Amino acid sequence: MREADININRVDWVTVLIYFALVLIGWFNIYAAVYDGQVDKSIFDFSINSGKQLVWIGTAIALIIVIMAADYRLFENLAIPLYIFFLILLVITPFVGKEVNGQVLSIGVGSFRIQPGEFAKFATALALAKFMERPTFDLSKPNFQLRAFAVLLLPVVLIILQPDTGTAMVYFSMLIMFYREGLPQKYYILGIGLIALVLLALGIENNLYLVAAVVVIVGILIAIGKKTPQRIIAFTAIGIGLIAFIYSLDFVVSKLPVHQQNRIMVLFNPDLDPLGVGWNVTQSKIAIGSGGLAGKGYLQGTQTKFDFVPEQHTDFIFCTLGEEFGWLGSLVVIALFVTLLTRLVIMAERQKNRFSRIYGYCVVSILMFHFMINIAMTIGLFPVVGIPLPFFSYGGSSLWSFTILLFIFIKMDSSRALQLGRMG
Amino acid sequence: MNDQRPVAIIIFIFLVGLVLLTKLFMIQVMDDSFMKRAERNAIQRVVDHPYRGLVYDRNGKLLVYNNPIFDLMIVPKEFEVGDTTRFLELFKISKEELIASYDAARKYSSVKPSTFIKQISTNEFARIQDFLIDYPGLFIMTRSVRSYPEPVAAHALGYIGEISSRQLERDSSDYYVQGDYVGLSGMERFYEDQLRGEKGVKYKMVNVRGVDKGPFKDGEYDTASVAGHNVNSSIDMDLQQYGEKLMMGKTGSVVAIEPKTGEILSMISAPFYDPNSLTGSDFGKNYTALNALETKPLFNRPIMATYPPGSIFKIVQSLIGLQEGILTPETTYACNRSLVACHNHPSPVNLFGAIRNSCNPYYHQAFRRIINQEVSSNTYKDTEIGLNAWREKVLKFGLGGELGVDMPNEKKGLVPNSAYYDHYYGNGRWKYSTIYSLSIGQGELLVTPLQMANLAAIFANKGYYYTPHLIRAIDGDKSKIPAEYQIKHEVGVDAHHFNMVQNAMAEALYGTAQRAIIKDIEVAGKTGTAQNPHGEDHSVFIAFAPKEDPKIAIAVYVENAGWGGRAAASTASLMIEKYLRDSISRPELEEYVIAGNFIY
Repeated sequence: MREADININRVDWVTVLIYFALVLIGWFNIYAAVYDGQVDKSIFDFSINSGKQLVWIGTAIALIIVIMAADYRLFENLAIPLYIFFLILLVITPFVGKEVNGQVLSIGVGSFRIQPGEFAKFATALALAKFMERPTFDLSKPNFQLRAFAVLLLPVVLIILQPDTGTAMVYFSMLIMFYREGLPQKYYILGIGLIALVLLALGIENNLYLVAAVVVIVGILIAIGKKTPQRIIAFTAIGIGLIAFIYSLDFVVSKLPVHQQNRIMVLFNPDLDPLGVGWNVTQSKIAIGSGGLAGKGYLQGTQTKFDFVPEQHTDFIFCTLGEEFGWLGSLVVIALFVTLLTRLVIMAERQKNRFSRIYGYCVVSILMFHFMINIAMTIGLFPVVGIPLPFFSYGGSSLWSFTILLFIFIKMDSSRALQLGRMG
Repeated sequence: MNDQRPVAIIIFIFLVGLVLLTKLFMIQVMDDSFMKRAERNAIQRVVDHPYRGLVYDRNGKLLVYNNPIFDLMIVPKEFEVGDTTRFLELFKISKEELIASYDAARKYSSVKPSTFIKQISTNEFARIQDFLIDYPGLFIMTRSVRSYPEPVAAHALGYIGEISSRQLERDSSDYYVQGDYVGLSGMERFYEDQLRGEKGVKYKMVNVRGVDKGPFKDGEYDTASVAGHNVNSSIDMDLQQYGEKLMMGKTGSVVAIEPKTGEILSMISAPFYDPNSLTGSDFGKNYTALNALETKPLFNRPIMATYPPGSIFKIVQSLIGLQEGILTPETTYACNRSLVACHNHPSPVNLFGAIRNSCNPYYHQAFRRIINQEVSSNTYKDTEIGLNAWREKVLKFGLGGELGVDMPNEKKGLVPNSAYYDHYYGNGRWKYSTIYSLSIGQGELLVTPLQMANLAAIFANKGYYYTPHLIRAIDGDKSKIPAEYQIKHEVGVDAHHFNMVQNAMAEALYGTAQRAIIKDIEVAGKTGTAQNPHGEDHSVFIAFAPKEDPKIAIAVYVENAGWGGRAAASTASLMIEKYLRDSISRPELEEYVIAGNFIY
């Protein structure tokens, strides 16, 4: 049984190739981000980030081999223990971890450090899969919904306490998985409506326009439908509720920490504070925007190379790509991500049991969120939140956690013939 | 389970990709403003200043060059001192100075270079050059300042200085920026366009803190600066130096011209100053000090001081009279001292005698005939017509207007016309008796020493002159000098009229200026004594030599030095001998002139 477990032919090579393509492009970009031109250091030089990243890549490959060699059932069995283990790590991190910029994100010994928040992602994904795999689990029912959310929210609360809002936000990407698993559509419509309203309320200077729009829409809805008193009262109540929401939003925003307020306001107008909070977004857009159609050429970028863009090798690594390879380079990388995500959806759908499928969708959800939000923030479509671009950004924790996340699923997928059909 | 949901998720994935790519297309392809902002961010334009052209004298001797000076720069973050004692010895500074300089540099920026030790000399630089490698964070920046091997011809050469905001506003060449150096006076200003060269541009990359990160695209867009043109001046450095020696301790001017070309051989404005004092960082301090002096050493007397020409003007009167046919060599007048004072000489005199003896009454009478030609029966009207007609002829001698020498701020002098007298006396209320002092070069007449020297050149040339100029060639090419210096100006008096005048001038030396006589060199000259209402008269002398083939024409003005035969004639004579023979046969005369101190 164990020998047959590693069946090379059943590994989804398309996904593996995209993974390596992204890791490789990312590695070259990390070198470009630190490349100086004056100090000619090789991409393999361990004193610079590209050399260190090579170590992370090497160890990630070792991890892949371990994962692929393991028994596929191992992850199912480990799901709950891992979840609990990482919850404990998250609890103790603030007490034993190392403080950087007011955040305590990592623990470890000496220079070997890991961020439990990163690894808790796949543990949570496994736990959710384990928790939801029972045939009786039905997300259309409120009590199951509550239980699923509880599993999700436990690590979120702990991560917010660190505080690492960006990573915490990632957990809500599981809503994509919940959607697939049958969470009623009305929640999504309501949610998207509210987000749109929030964005409009924050983006439009004068709330009166928005209030007028709400009044007009409610008026039209009342006018075109049946004019029963209940309906008129209901719509009017919704309208008043929305207007109250619009006005309370300003109050809520004003209660947020100043740096978060600024991030939100700068999104709508980066020129508000071009040297302060707007600096990152402005410089990031300059770097990417100056790349043009085909880019300035590898190692020719000036903005990223000369530190105009902060954190360019981690969260803002996409700037290096945009500057040096232009729109065509961005197109290639975005196409790789879109292909990878689509491929993962297809793979998830072909799983024979719910556990693997739910886990697959968790992988899709997490990668989707990172990909979408990271790039969106570098081009000013989203407030700056500190989350890495999967496989691309520099750093061991990030590369390892995404590699583990992805390859556990590839392993499950390659073993699907061995699994009993347990679809409910 | 709902089968549309996986499809919806795939559509969502594609939508996200599409939105991101659209936004990227907007900022990367549609909008090129980011490109410019990126360049402004990271690419710094550094101007490479060209070497200013050199100035040579007429014999190829260097007058002005660029002296490199070295500033030791420091980047505090990279700086490591190592062995402090050795460092202090090498750079010859104290420990306190080192700490103070380092702290000041750190305060400015720890990553950008700032000046550590200013203006290290070439010798010092040679000494420390090899050791610099031991000290990271230190490097040398080279600048250059104008320098003068001999401290001569300060006024003619002029000086350079930082361009003023007013000049910058008026400048239409688009060449200058704030902080640039520009010729402010003398040849430096006049030949600014030739001397300044072309600026080069280097594009270098800087990071977010302004730290230099090397050339942009390996210098693909860089342009090298082009050094300015070298200028060959017509000045004879030895003659200039000798003249300045003679004029030491005096106030006045010496202008020597090569008559055949109009080239200025020497141009002295006394008191003078060391041109090296108006260079580099001491410019402001020294300029203020020089400007405050009562002797006004910055005042460029040869072209800016105006004096009555005195008796020298009698030669111009003679020539106009001859050309008009009013005078002939035989025209004789009595030395009638009731008209105007004179000195002892035989009377009556003909024109030759009048020049030789500088007879005032002769010119009083001759000038009356030039002015009052009885064109009008009204004496007043007749004088007015006569004066204006006469003035036109005088102007042809290069008087009453700027000659156009290649220096800024040349003064016009004054040859009055009728309107001038109308202004003072009223229309029709003045006649010859009002203006007769013009006849002997006094009264309202004003000329510059340069105009006087030019007169001497006209007399030497028998009736023509080239606008006096300080330029001889540009980059060794004589044809490149401005066209106006290659035009021959005729003064409107026939050459043969000059013969007698020249002879009389040569003879005159034996009367009024015996000190000017040089053995075996025939000098033609004329003394003048310009009345000075403020003190001792100004000593004036013009001359040219050798009489038969004039090689030098000269005018000397020594303020407050009494009559022309003394200080001025002696100086001119020594200058002539120096130029023609390169040696002085009369050391006692030289001594006498040098000893003369006429500054009041």
